[in-house]
Amino acid sequence: MLGFLKKPVVVTAEINMNLVALTVMGLISRLWGLSYPRAVVFDEVYYGQFVSLYMKRIFFVDDSGPPFGNMLLALGGYLGGFDGNFLWNRIGAEYSINVPVWSLRLLPALAGALCVPLAYQILIELQFSHCAALGAALLILLENSLVTQSRFMLLESILIFFILLAVLSYLKFYNLQRHSSFSGSWWFWLLLTGVACSCAVGVKYMGLFTYVLLLAIAGLHFWHMIGDQNFSNVSLMCHFLARALALIIIPMAMYLSFFYVHLTLLYRSGPHDQIMTSAFQASLEGGLARITQGQPLEVAYGSQITLRNVLGKPLQCWLHSHTNTYPIRYENGRGSSHQQQVTCYPFKDVNNWWIVKDPGMQQLVVSNPPRPVRHGHIVQLVHGITTRYLNTHDVAAPLSPHSQEVSCYIDYNISMPAQNLWRVEILNRESDTDVWKTILSEVRFVHVNTSAVLKASAVIGASLPEWGYRQLEVVGEKLSKGYHQSMVWNVEEHRYGKSQEQKEREVELHSPTQMDISKNLSFMAKFTELQWKILTLKNEDTEHKYSSSALDWITMDTNIAYWLHPTSGAQIHLLGNIVTWASANVAALVYTCLSLWYLVRRRRKIYDIPEGAWQPWVSAGGICVGGWAVNYLPFFLMEKTLFLYHYLPALTFQILLIPIVLQHLSDHLCRSLLLKSMFSALLVAWFSSVYLVYSTFSPVTYGEPALSVTELKDLRWKDSWNILIRKQ
Amino acid sequence: WDETHFGKMGSYYINRTFFFDVHPPLGKMLIGLAGYLSGYDGTFPFQKPGDRYEQHNYVGMRGFCAFLGSCLVPFAYLIVLELSKSLPAALLAAFVLIFDTGCITLSQYILLDPILMFFLMGAVLSMVKCNSCADRPFSASWWFWLSLTGVNLAGAMGVKFVGLFVVLLVGLNTIYDLWDLLGNLSLSLVMFGKHLLARVLCLILLPLALYAAMFAVHFTVLNKSGPGDGFFSSAFQSQLIGNNLHNVSVPEHLAYGSVVTMKNLRMAGGYLHSHWHLYPEGIGARQQQVTAYLHKDLNNLWIIKKHDSDTADLSDPSSPVEFVRHGDIIRLEHKETSRNLHSHQHEAPLTRKHFQVTGYGINGTGDSSDFWRIEVVGRKAGKLIKVLRSQVRLTHVATGCILGSSGKTLPKWGWEQVEVTCTPYLKESPNSLWNFEDHINPKLPNISLDVLKPSFAEMLLESHMVMIRDNEVTSKPWHWPINYQGLRFSGVNETDYRVYLLGNPVIWWLNLVTIGLYLLIAVSTAVALKRGVQLTTELKELSRVVLRGGGQITLGWLLHYFPFFMMGRVLYFHHYFPAMLFSSMLTGITWDALLKFCAGFLSPSTTARKVYRGGFLTLVLLITYSFYLFHPLSYGMIGPMASDPSSPMAGLRWMDSWEF
Repeated sequence: MLGFLKKPVVVTAEINMNLVALTVMGLISRLWGLSYPRAVVFDEVYYGQFVSLYMKRIFFVDDSGPPFGNMLLALGGYLGGFDGNFLWNRIGAEYSINVPVWSLRLLPALAGALCVPLAYQILIELQFSHCAALGAALLILLENSLVTQSRFMLLESILIFFILLAVLSYLKFYNLQRHSSFSGSWWFWLLLTGVACSCAVGVKYMGLFTYVLLLAIAGLHFWHMIGDQNFSNVSLMCHFLARALALIIIPMAMYLSFFYVHLTLLYRSGPHDQIMTSAFQASLEGGLARITQGQPLEVAYGSQITLRNVLGKPLQCWLHSHTNTYPIRYENGRGSSHQQQVTCYPFKDVNNWWIVKDPGMQQLVVSNPPRPVRHGHIVQLVHGITTRYLNTHDVAAPLSPHSQEVSCYIDYNISMPAQNLWRVEILNRESDTDVWKTILSEVRFVHVNTSAVLKASAVIGASLPEWGYRQLEVVGEKLSKGYHQSMVWNVEEHRYGKSQEQKEREVELHSPTQMDISKNLSFMAKFTELQWKILTLKNEDTEHKYSSSALDWITMDTNIAYWLHPTSGAQIHLLGNIVTWASANVAALVYTCLSLWYLVRRRRKIYDIPEGAWQPWVSAGGICVGGWAVNYLPFFLMEKTLFLYHYLPALTFQILLIPIVLQHLSDHLCRSLLLKSMFSALLVAWFSSVYLVYSTFSPVTYGEPALSVTELKDLRWKDSWNILIRKQ
Repeated sequence: WDETHFGKMGSYYINRTFFFDVHPPLGKMLIGLAGYLSGYDGTFPFQKPGDRYEQHNYVGMRGFCAFLGSCLVPFAYLIVLELSKSLPAALLAAFVLIFDTGCITLSQYILLDPILMFFLMGAVLSMVKCNSCADRPFSASWWFWLSLTGVNLAGAMGVKFVGLFVVLLVGLNTIYDLWDLLGNLSLSLVMFGKHLLARVLCLILLPLALYAAMFAVHFTVLNKSGPGDGFFSSAFQSQLIGNNLHNVSVPEHLAYGSVVTMKNLRMAGGYLHSHWHLYPEGIGARQQQVTAYLHKDLNNLWIIKKHDSDTADLSDPSSPVEFVRHGDIIRLEHKETSRNLHSHQHEAPLTRKHFQVTGYGINGTGDSSDFWRIEVVGRKAGKLIKVLRSQVRLTHVATGCILGSSGKTLPKWGWEQVEVTCTPYLKESPNSLWNFEDHINPKLPNISLDVLKPSFAEMLLESHMVMIRDNEVTSKPWHWPINYQGLRFSGVNETDYRVYLLGNPVIWWLNLVTIGLYLLIAVSTAVALKRGVQLTTELKELSRVVLRGGGQITLGWLLHYFPFFMMGRVLYFHHYFPAMLFSSMLTGITWDALLKFCAGFLSPSTTARKVYRGGFLTLVLLITYSFYLFHPLSYGMIGPMASDPSSPMAGLRWMDSWEF
């Protein structure tokens, strides 16, 4: 009786104790003194802004990646009761009392801590011994760079957690596959793979690499199943569909749902509004929506409108004119038409108003009922304040001599007749009789006489000289090849003109627009626009003090100073455990050489290791070396600014490889007992050196205790490390 | 059009003046040779597209390119025949190439592309031939084809770097081959070693030797100074006759009062330059621009002055010469405009994290922000500074930043010269190192500079580094296979004789469909084989052709197309043509296989044959008819533009983006 009670407890406890101990150690190492330093550390300055904006529900665009990671960080802030009132302006700024530092940093730290037991489990699932698994977990635990990165409000540790989770659940799924297909746990792990993959991609686009790797591995495994004659065609189909559902459809749905939550949470207009199209801006509370609420939808003859260039780069701007004329001769001696200037002006102004006029009629008011303008109609555009007609002719434009000058026509009674007829082409029309709509329609104006297209020449340096008040140039583009956003305009503000007299009209133009209907975009339209902006919006290629090239990472020739105590020498650096990094490199090298050697020998039908050991060896390599390669090599092709922390996912995979190679060496290459015991002695020595390095560098990992100048100098093991030494 | 470019380079060869181009020299050398043999004297200026040739003899050069271009058709025929063993497939592939207007246009003019495509197809052909000789290795024909592959690879590489992709194709094929041989247990290891050695010899060593030889010829032929000098380092230039660095003698050590030019040490770095123009408003301080300029110019001259005293006493001939030493603080005055090299804490125009460098002050009087500390790399304080050989770093005294060139091209206001900045990041890189090139100081004795002889290997390396540089994008790679937009070869207006580079759309779209079709067929055959479906011998043979032969061609297409998506350099429509060759051959193979499959399912052999033949005839007729429709594109047309409805071509303008 007693034995019956005792046995299962002992068995379950034994396996769990390893994991529990590792988890506890992970938690201790990651959570210890989490709210120290109470100051903005490195990229917290960047992510913190987004957390604040989430708290205030203000819309923003983060061009570095999808929103899930930022949302998780914001969740921490939400649970900690953060009200979003903190100015994230510089690294090292002290947090004010209202910032819940501990709970903001909690989620990344938890994710970082859980990576330790995950590493353990992955090695078990790869069919390596508990000893090797323990080694892998301890190496992750004692890796200074991973500790540093997970102790702050940063995304890498969350990313690594999801990547490892995806790998683990795929392995669990694959090992279940052999005996219990379509069982409950089989489904659970399969679905968890998909979910973890989509979370990884949702945190940072880097997660895509691991996702693709897992897809490739799944594809390969399925290919082997195709060759297996034991499966019927029907069961193969079922397997295929299950995988497609879990690994492709669910991740896509999850990814969409991140954006859905993101867009639902953020409904107020904010600092990044002008990047988005007018329609998008109108869907946000405040901002443009306040102005455009209740405008008439259809543009009619007599409408008063402002025209915004759709490109919005480098600045958003509106079609503009003013009483000044082009200079008779430009600085370089070319002549102009000396007519009234037409420019693109980046600010709201009464001179941005234009009136749509029917060429056949004189009146500038909207008739009753309004006659809407449709695709293909010919209109004249009258500048509201000066009542001159938008005109273009065969005169070279001021800055782009290959294009035509656009002016507001002044009759000098010379040989230049007015050419002021424009055809309205709605680009996103559904039928050829579509009505020109406010905000929604993207319109191109084609000049009737010369078929030139109205274009804002949106190049850096295309602002006009002094005589044009540095506004942006507008030209008639003769070679209108295809579609370019700089040639497309949309109506932003709009109202039906009522006053026939010029004086009254001026008053009307100066008065603000106010009417009330709101336009809502569908979620998919918002999603595609936001996704597109995230992918195409490029920050200027900047050089950072701590940016590095991908080649520096393998040997850890570079570090990043995260934080420095304002008075003492206490500081935090992203700096790896050099012994682990070196051994990981050696392990990868040994693995590749051994595998090549085995492969060539197997090709000649010489089998050095038993088939039972070969399979795990190959799959372990596929995951660890493959994971390292897909997370590292693409950086050589990238043009963005790179930092050492981009290497951490790749490093994690490489660390997992160390115990695999070590176990293989001791199992298969150390044949005699003497060799084996020597090997274990070496292992112990090596492992204590890993621990030693970890504890040596822990002051710059945790930021305390503060070190003296000589101690800091002693830590500078490589000349290229930038350890900050305060001048006395 | 681009004839101006390559024709001019042919002329340079004939005149033996040195020039610089981003492509390796073989293609242009062949053009030059063809011109030379046909009696062209290299005097036509090739100023701008559309100039008349008049009395100049250009037919030789064009004829040469056209001849190589027409070789593509038999090559494609032979390759497909070898891969599929099916005459109709080979004929179809050949027809596709004969009647493609794009290929015709491209091979009619003095361009590199026909030459490149010739070598490329030659390499593929000899690789395929060599594979079919695999059953009798080390026979004469095996050796012949193997080495011919090597020669063609060198040729392809030597014309354009795009040739690298065909090298990859051949390399992958060879690895596959060797892996096969390794698995063949009846082959001893010694035999395998022989196979390996033979391939290393023919496919690696031989092409490398030829490639190097090509450059050797290039350097020997071009021994006169020419327009490309400024791109190269001082040592390189000293090898060119007529260059001011060739056999010249200058004072060895730098002294105060000397007039110097400074060259940036990054590959293809320019001379430190300034001119009368100011930085435009909104970009840093409105002071005089300082740039790096790749050409020799009077505005590259600077005077070295002490930081505390003026030039007046230094220009006095009686005063003793004072040398500049490592660690000295100096001022640099621009000779033409008398402004000092200056930097301050405004952001640089393009590299925002760096400081702006300007010309400041009037007649040499400025402020303390004009002081620079001059340091030689790897030298101790107090040493003299040597012209040409010392690598110098200029540190700005006030801000501690280092003078460097970022390598980015300034916009129009900076005359598209290269940006010069002062970088606060103290990383050692050639961007921030300079050497002194010209050195004029009447008070110092000159020494000869023969010491500067770079070896051939160094010259080879440098000319390659210089070639790897880039520009802007004009069309997008995904446009190409759908024939979205063509390229105007000559003539813009209605009255001109116009040639427009555009693939025969019927053929191109057929090719595009075929690729999808091929993938479908290949996947279904592969799955069927993997599932162990029993096939007849005929079908087995067919599936082997589809998977092996088609696979090779598809790989070629992928290798010649997808890398362009990752490239930052100028992309033109004609870059797609090598890939198009592969996709044409794939068309031949796929349709042949598809029709055979279809015919295989129809039981009576007479109907089967009818379907097969009927299908083929339709395809050939379709291609021929479309050629008849579109032939004016390549042979030239006169009359109104196609966008005008009255033009005879108006009905053919199937896409709005075509402009013929």
